Amino acid sequence: MTAESIQQAPDRDAERPVMPVPTEADETAAAVETPFRRFVSEFLESRLAMGAVFTLGAIILASILAPWITPQNPYDLAQVDILDGRLPPGSEAFSDYTMWLGSDGAGRDLYSAILFGLRISLVVGVSSALIAIAVGMSVGLLAAYVGGRVESIVMRIVDLQLSFPAALVALMLVALLGKGIDKIILALVVAQWAYYARTVRGSALVERSKEYVEAASSLGLSHARIMFRHILPNCLAPLIVVGTIQTAHAIALEATLSFLGVGLPQTEPSLGVLIANGFEYMLSGKYWISIFPGIALLITIVSINLVGDQLRDVLNPRLKR
Amino acid sequence: MNPVVEAMEVTSNQPENRILPTLEVEHLKTHFLTRAGAVKAVDDVSFYVNPGEILGLAGESGSGKSITGFSILGLIDPPGKVVSGAIRFKGEDLVTAPPERLRDLRGNRIAMIFQDPMMTLNPVLRIDTQMIEAVQAHRRMDRKSARQLAYDALEMVGIPAPAERLNAYPHQLSGGMRQRVAIAIAFLNEPDLIIADEPTTALDVTIQAQILHEAQALCKRTGTAMIWITHDLAVVAGLADRIAVMYAGRIVETGLTDDVIDRPLHPYSVGLLGSVPSANKRGERLQQIPGMTPNMIGLPPGCAFKARCPRGDDVCDLAPEVSELLPGRQIRCHHPHLEEVSA
Amino acid sequence: MTRARTGNMAGDVTAEEKAPGANTPLIEIAGISKRFVKPLDIAGRIARRFGGGPEAETVHAVDGVNLSIAQGEVVGLVGESGCGKSTLGRMVAGIMPPSEGAILYKGRDIASLRGDDKLEATFAVQMIFQDPFSSLNPRMRVEDIVGEAPVVHGLVSRSGKSDYVDEILTRVGLDPALKRRYPHQFSGGQRQRIGIARALAVKPKFLVCDEAIAALDVSIQAQIINLFMDLRDELDLTYLFISHDLSVVEHISERVVIMYLGRVVEAAQAEDLFAAPNHPYAKALLSEVPRLDQRKQDFRPIKGEIPSPLDPPPGCHFHPRCPQSFGPCSIERPVLKTIGPDHLSACHLND
Repeated sequence: MTAESIQQAPDRDAERPVMPVPTEADETAAAVETPFRRFVSEFLESRLAMGAVFTLGAIILASILAPWITPQNPYDLAQVDILDGRLPPGSEAFSDYTMWLGSDGAGRDLYSAILFGLRISLVVGVSSALIAIAVGMSVGLLAAYVGGRVESIVMRIVDLQLSFPAALVALMLVALLGKGIDKIILALVVAQWAYYARTVRGSALVERSKEYVEAASSLGLSHARIMFRHILPNCLAPLIVVGTIQTAHAIALEATLSFLGVGLPQTEPSLGVLIANGFEYMLSGKYWISIFPGIALLITIVSINLVGDQLRDVLNPRLKR
Repeated sequence: MNPVVEAMEVTSNQPENRILPTLEVEHLKTHFLTRAGAVKAVDDVSFYVNPGEILGLAGESGSGKSITGFSILGLIDPPGKVVSGAIRFKGEDLVTAPPERLRDLRGNRIAMIFQDPMMTLNPVLRIDTQMIEAVQAHRRMDRKSARQLAYDALEMVGIPAPAERLNAYPHQLSGGMRQRVAIAIAFLNEPDLIIADEPTTALDVTIQAQILHEAQALCKRTGTAMIWITHDLAVVAGLADRIAVMYAGRIVETGLTDDVIDRPLHPYSVGLLGSVPSANKRGERLQQIPGMTPNMIGLPPGCAFKARCPRGDDVCDLAPEVSELLPGRQIRCHHPHLEEVSA
Repeated sequence: MTRARTGNMAGDVTAEEKAPGANTPLIEIAGISKRFVKPLDIAGRIARRFGGGPEAETVHAVDGVNLSIAQGEVVGLVGESGCGKSTLGRMVAGIMPPSEGAILYKGRDIASLRGDDKLEATFAVQMIFQDPFSSLNPRMRVEDIVGEAPVVHGLVSRSGKSDYVDEILTRVGLDPALKRRYPHQFSGGQRQRIGIARALAVKPKFLVCDEAIAALDVSIQAQIINLFMDLRDELDLTYLFISHDLSVVEHISERVVIMYLGRVVEAAQAEDLFAAPNHPYAKALLSEVPRLDQRKQDFRPIKGEIPSPLDPPPGCHFHPRCPQSFGPCSIERPVLKTIGPDHLSACHLND
């Protein structure tokens, strides 16, 4: 640019001045900075959260690989021998493997039982959370977008749902539907969807009044497209946080149901069942039957909650530096 | 008119003869240490304000004008820090002053008006409560007298029916009213210096005009020095005695208002003043400064304006120092528009 | 830059009578009003049943505005807060439905259009928003922000989207190589350009610019104003330029309309209005705008606050602050009358 270009108005037919292109360094640095990568780097700043993610990862991996890393399949009744029952940690089982964590009343190696039980707990917890998210999110989005009477009615149903303790709702449903893993998942979904609906509705209301939504509607885009393609991705932040923590709740809830005896069947014990089974032995000194599954449950839930906490801090726009 | 101000009008363009300035800032540097690098928000800024004078600190976003104001009051929080420089308030250095001294001075001898009046006003307290609190924090006065002082202050800033307003809560007042209350609070303890950070930017034209009028009258009457921070050159053209133009954390040009606006020396000032619609023929393409406002992270060494400057060349890779071409007329540039000076 | 214009101020022809022809204005705002009513809650409604209690609060954001805009014109709409200019802009852009009146596109009421005609009218009128931060979806890449609508509506094929987006970005002065980035990686001025590109992607004829440069730095404002002027010449666009910044409006507009509390108080060709404003509010506004050439001026502003739109003064809305108000001002609403060639004003002093 020469001095003349500031002093006179540039010739209109000349090439339109293009915004200066960022330098090479800018290109490579900025090109990889998607919102996701930025989020991951901020997340990993907390050592506690990193530890929690690592722990959670280890737990999940262990539960996936359970059949290969355990000496016994506790669900296979042929491998379980009652004579192996109630052995303290470190004892030898009949079939010549060491029961590192002892065995329960029925003769199941606790280490194996815990890993298999974790599998079930995780599957039930995560799948019920995912389905509840799908349901709650759609309901919340619709309510916020449509507004008016529909929104009022839907949110009152949500309020009603939320005024019942989740455990109570789950208990009632399980009593109605009976036992079985699919029925447990259904009960958990019904107990949880309302949290997601309320969370998403709140964010969606805020987003709906923003100008980019107005722009989308003036471009003639359909309502469905605006809801799912424009509003929803911006509501994900609180949803992820609530989802993580609610997953922990779901796992705990399933354990509660199983502990009360209305959850999963004895033949496929989840952590809750194991804890319940060991309860009667607590006072006779055979602590390990309840304690070890309890610790496993505790570690799982705490890890998930720590991850959720860090997610909340990272995704909270007000804390952004 | 305040006799101090009268005296100042005579001597303000001869800084060598000046009496002790109310505020003297010398080579101030305020840096922010972020994850991405050091942001030199204020990088070697020097200026002074005399009693009763209004200094306009003009610049766009990222120029460091607001941070300068906050630095003076010691309101910079980590990761920001005043790295070096001196801020002398009536001869007393504020950078080395203990926090209690700063707290003594704030709201008392140095006051600040913010862009958003809700940064001054507490939404859950009544106006009179807040104003009485502001008075009693700095001097011994009983509630009744303090309330009377508040009433007088509200009257002084042109608020109709001040008695009613004293009993009101901030949300019951309009934006212009709230800003007036904030200004009244600033003037309550008759400070020697007021720092106003874009106080009228968010207000309507007619309200802005009223507030500019009141601020000007108040300063004349009480002899208070004022630093008016803004991005709107037209506002300071009508209000300020002197103007300092900031770009990327440095002051690039200082001088009397008439000099800076009618005969700008720095290419940035020239470009800025030339891009205003009123400086161009109606309907013609506006003269524009090419490029974007600089990214404060990773500023190149040398003159920060070089990339957008029609006069930029290799010499400009060395950061220009402040040179005083004429008394009171300072410029930080290797290639100023000196042809304007002879005009 | 002066061209023959066929738009007029008093659009008092009804929708049916206008047949599309060479002189049909592109956009006609006919008797538009917008009222926001805050409904009473149950307690209030019960109280009203018994004869007492509060009134439902009504805000007359826009109160009977007529305006027609011809193809290729630039009309500036000026006013302070509460005057209704943004609301009017949103009604013209089709984002907000009016309480009364109609917006006509090429002589036909937009609300009555269906199917392809409706789509055509939707694309023809686009809006550029004020806030460069909230007007772009932070989770979409620039190429999707700009290219989504044209692909969805079939203006361009999926495979052609990339080139189409490149072309538009170049036209607004952005480097096409940046199209895979997200909005937060751009400056305010660049984001505003993205917003303009998004609007241009559906080939509009009419742009409503709602304070489109207010949030930008002064040096960037000049760039965007130049961009608007260039686009207008290249693409034969028509603008409704809403702003509170009189100097910008004076520079870019051919006609200027001034609003106060929902009503049009004066409308004229730009040179006429700025040289000789008629309405007292217009006079005050023009004199109170800080100008570079006015030094150490003795501000003598008009007194008083802008009244709340919830409780506007009766008669002429401006009368409590007007230095020249007299008898009829507090009783009767002044009518917009022609007081000169293409110059309208609503003031009893002209009667």
